[in-house]
Amino acid sequence: MATEVLMPALSPTMEEGTLAKWLVKAGDLVKPGQIIAEIETDKATMEFEAVDEGRVGALLVAEGTAGVKVNTPILVMADEGDNPGATPARTAAAPLPPAATPAAAATPTPAAAPAAVVARAAPDWPEGTPMKTMTVREALREAMAEEMRANPAVMLMGEEVGEYQGAYKISQGMLDEFGPKRVVDTPITEMGFTGIAVGAAWGGLNPIVEFMTFNFAMQAIDHIVNSAAKTNYMSGGQLACPIVFRGANGAAARVGAQHSQDFAAWYAAIPGVKVVMPYSASDAKGLLKQAIRDPNPVIFLENEILYGQSFEVPDLPDFTIRFGKARIWREGQDVTIVSFGIGMRYALEAADKLAADGISAEVIDLRTLRPIDYDAVLASVQKTNRCVTVEEGFPVGSIGDHLASTIMQRAFDHLDAPVVTCTGKDVPMPYAANLEKLALVTTADVVAAVKSVCYR
Amino acid sequence: MATKKDAAKSNVSRDELLKYYREMLLIRRFEEKAGQLYGMGLIGGFCHLYIGQEAVVVGLEACAKAGDKRITSYRDHGHMLACGMDPKGVMAELTGRSGGYSKGKGGSMHMFSREKHFYGGHGIVGAQVPLGAGLAFADKYKGNDSVTFTYFGDGAANQGQVYETYNMAELWSLPVIFVIENNQYAMGTSVKRSTKSTTLFGRGLAYGIPGEQVDGMDVLAVKAAGEKAVAHCRAGEGPYILEMMTYRYRGHSMSDPAKYRTREEVEKIKTEKDAIEHVRDLLLTPGLASEEDLKAIDREIKDLVNASADFARESPEPAPSELWTDIYA
Repeated sequence: MATEVLMPALSPTMEEGTLAKWLVKAGDLVKPGQIIAEIETDKATMEFEAVDEGRVGALLVAEGTAGVKVNTPILVMADEGDNPGATPARTAAAPLPPAATPAAAATPTPAAAPAAVVARAAPDWPEGTPMKTMTVREALREAMAEEMRANPAVMLMGEEVGEYQGAYKISQGMLDEFGPKRVVDTPITEMGFTGIAVGAAWGGLNPIVEFMTFNFAMQAIDHIVNSAAKTNYMSGGQLACPIVFRGANGAAARVGAQHSQDFAAWYAAIPGVKVVMPYSASDAKGLLKQAIRDPNPVIFLENEILYGQSFEVPDLPDFTIRFGKARIWREGQDVTIVSFGIGMRYALEAADKLAADGISAEVIDLRTLRPIDYDAVLASVQKTNRCVTVEEGFPVGSIGDHLASTIMQRAFDHLDAPVVTCTGKDVPMPYAANLEKLALVTTADVVAAVKSVCYR
Repeated sequence: MATKKDAAKSNVSRDELLKYYREMLLIRRFEEKAGQLYGMGLIGGFCHLYIGQEAVVVGLEACAKAGDKRITSYRDHGHMLACGMDPKGVMAELTGRSGGYSKGKGGSMHMFSREKHFYGGHGIVGAQVPLGAGLAFADKYKGNDSVTFTYFGDGAANQGQVYETYNMAELWSLPVIFVIENNQYAMGTSVKRSTKSTTLFGRGLAYGIPGEQVDGMDVLAVKAAGEKAVAHCRAGEGPYILEMMTYRYRGHSMSDPAKYRTREEVEKIKTEKDAIEHVRDLLLTPGLASEEDLKAIDREIKDLVNASADFARESPEPAPSELWTDIYA
């Protein structure tokens, strides 16, 4: 009985990959553990092993094929086992892929949504600027590399940023270009290397500290808050700390409570730091370059699920975006949806769905959470008279809470409905796929919230 | 460890001894005055006096050259005076006035001077250790031969980040001198009550960092050890640990009744080991200076400290608008 081998998910957020190389051919006898193919993900090239013994029937996907979706049959085994009846009709090779990652489920078409609206409401570059398509990952890398070329005091440090080429491949190739003096692999010792980086910033460097994810920055929170954020004030302006703390923030997919948390509201509460949380690749690039040049500590919150998403980025030699300027992705009349980071994905999807129902939503991406562009939000609310906020973080003390209170204090008479905040649920992130989906904010949540404030 | 006898025999000049005497005396009189102003309510909050430990900073500053950096904990007044910061600015910061080094916004524990390469003044026990290594990282990156003196206490020596820092400092050969000011009490907990590994410098050996214990009450012994450590760092051989055996005469902070040690213990150290009396002996016994010479210095220091206190009292409080300045550079 023939058994199909499926394209495996080789990372929590992998949705597709390239079948780089077959190491077997039809007719070969393979043993469990034998490497049968090399599969390239957006993060790395991985070896893929057979789970069961058997003879290769046919290769279903040609070598070099890109964009092979997870769970696509890639090979048929002509089963030669003793007990063919016991073999399930379809088995996946290790690691076992989930039916679909929640992230994949929530994003049917990653790259599509933004493009059309951007051109109209993008004030960050002059009209007629040539554009190029790149992923958020490439945009981040380009921002760092450009700044490192321009300023010898800029350097990158963190776990696996050098020889490993970056745990999420953000720093791929940078060790080759800049050498080990400027791309520094650290031991796994967040508190120590963060303190060292802050001291180095006082000593005249412009360090970029990569946290593999911001969950691990909790080990270093004392140096971020007490050492980096407060010293300029405590020194009466003598000792600024030009440093960028960047890395993946928020839920990835199926990695459990300790690895799935959005820290946006936490960091936004701290005077002395600036907080950036980009959604698009152009914002990732322009804001990261700005962050590296800023004389203050900047918390730069990225998102693993967005790393591989493509956007249009202006093809300019030196493109920066100033902090504190929100971006209106979509103009509308009936309701204002305010979001940032990956929340924008749900906000924009919801706006599409709402348009089909005759509700015109204005969608604002805050982009920076400290400073916050209150004026953009208030101006919009004064026009639409309704507001829904969207973020992935916990509900208590959320950015949405802060905006709701600001709107209440400064635009109360313009409101036709209470501000509704869409957030992650007030629970540690569960592992089970169905529960994780329930814990995250969804497009449906946003649609329902908008309908409630529109009394529809 | 070097003894008084060794020091007396060493080839130290009269000028050098007078310099140490003056610098240590300044710290002691300054701290006594700070204690007085605290009692009068002119200094608030936490105030940690350096009295008893003067030889450590004075001896090590004698090894420093222009461009070298220093960073320490909240017991920082002595370090600032020893590296040449203006006593007026330090005292005015203690009183929270606009003439203070941080315009009154830092206080006793948080003062800085870019000009003198003094990087604080840190209130979280042990945090200054990686920060100091970071300053050294920057110097190595820039390719100069500066060193960073990173001071911390026996209490901080039990913080995990100290060992994270040891590991990276040796791995990257950073020009940092870790100075453990072992005054034997972490607030109220003696070294023996907090660890069985009481030879604190020895912990660096696990990371490959050389070090030694030094009589921190003897400024000449401190200087000799400091020179060795500085030479090691400047030669690009990485970090060095100096465990300074010292003693604080006063409580941990102004509000510490110091019930964890006996009056006799304190008196014994004051009588037998006092750093200033030691240098006084070295000057008077061989006739390098007269009682009159030293009295003149005493008067000079007293005037300087009184002038600092006057300045600190007269300097105006920061303007209310200062609340909103310096949050960002």
